[in-house]
Amino acid sequence: MAKVFSYNVVRFIVLVMLQVFLFKNIGYYNLATPFPYLLFLLLLPVGISNFLLYVLAFITGITVDAFYDTLGVNAAACVALAWGRIIFVRITLQTDQYENYMTPIVGTVSFRWYLLYVFILSLFHHTALFLLETFTFHQFHYTLTRILLSCIFTTIIILLFSLLFYRKKQR
Amino acid sequence: MKNLWLILNKYNAFFLFVVFFGLACYLVIQNNSFQRASAVNSSNQLVGGTYEKINAWKSYLHLRDVNTHLAEENAALREQLQRFTATDSIVQGTVSDTARGVQYHYVVAKVTNNSIHQKNNYITLDKGRIHGIEKGMGVISSNGIVGIVLNVSEHFSTVQSLLHSETRISAALEDSRAFGSLMWGDNYDSRTGVLKDIPNHVKVRKDELVYTSGFSLFPPGILVGKVVETGLSGGDSFLDIKIEFSTQFHNLQQVYVVDDLLVDEKTELESQNDDNG
Repeated sequence: MAKVFSYNVVRFIVLVMLQVFLFKNIGYYNLATPFPYLLFLLLLPVGISNFLLYVLAFITGITVDAFYDTLGVNAAACVALAWGRIIFVRITLQTDQYENYMTPIVGTVSFRWYLLYVFILSLFHHTALFLLETFTFHQFHYTLTRILLSCIFTTIIILLFSLLFYRKKQR
Repeated sequence: MKNLWLILNKYNAFFLFVVFFGLACYLVIQNNSFQRASAVNSSNQLVGGTYEKINAWKSYLHLRDVNTHLAEENAALREQLQRFTATDSIVQGTVSDTARGVQYHYVVAKVTNNSIHQKNNYITLDKGRIHGIEKGMGVISSNGIVGIVLNVSEHFSTVQSLLHSETRISAALEDSRAFGSLMWGDNYDSRTGVLKDIPNHVKVRKDELVYTSGFSLFPPGILVGKVVETGLSGGDSFLDIKIEFSTQFHNLQQVYVVDDLLVDEKTELESQNDDNG
């Protein structure tokens, strides 16, 4: 339990720092911008309570917002992601699986599940983020392109990151 | 009551989502100027539109009164006119022009934060209110235009960069002196922008230089960029000209904030012709 806690604290600090100092400056023109910090929210234990998940998502978003000068935008996106996560976990996992403190990462879950998990949840996050950022339905196709391309970009980077946290299959 | 509590508990994921998302959206609208402006704007448009409709109907009811009033006024004016048509000497006085001294004052500032990858980009400068910087001043660099001061604190100020979907700057072509408004347009490239509202008959050549017109906050004759593509017209009476900015936004270091000493006088005068439609 203490181990899970300390792992997550370290993950939070490292990912937020990387996001605001490194990934903020990376982008394919304006079309694709990666947001790998949401890996922190994805790797929270499966059995976490809904309220705690929302609070953590909100805090993470606000922290990133503070560095992006867009107070509230990332927070809203992270809250959307938390909602998506609750639904996704409830649909795809068995009850006995989401009652423990398992970290959903390749090794403990299948790669296919993990890929889908990352992609769909980043879709939740990016949709909320870009719609709130542009705040208009004008040039909607452009916003849509940005959402999709950024999603792919984020997913690729998160999969690369996951190699860092990879754990051998526990039997 | 118990049932309500049960429903709230059963779907707690959704209700918590609504609460937190609402809180975040509230923060967004409170703290981001563009989002607040568009939220307030759309509500204003709704209210304003309703009032306009009601007023249009109301004005019909007063037409009789207005007509009699106008007729009376006509008569009075006609009476006055008789006196003036009799005399024909027109005396015109001239007023000596006070030579103006320095109109523009420049404050040197360093860029402390910059972005070019967003849809709306902002720049932070290390000079603020105590250095004499105010909201709405223009910002230039040694080789071009940078943006407009958006907010000012004691020691810092933020600049709405030229790479912002809302920024418009009045600019003129070198040869023809025709002026239009320069904006970033809907491209994603920090090196190019669009010069709009140049009439179709103006001849534009490639590599022609573009300068500020002096109608907005910037002094006239500051280089903005050069024409790379002419006539992206959509078939209407204006050209859209693609401009390559002379400012290098990706390595911006030192900028000058332009303090127009006569700006208050100018805006006060211009605010008097408010019935522009």
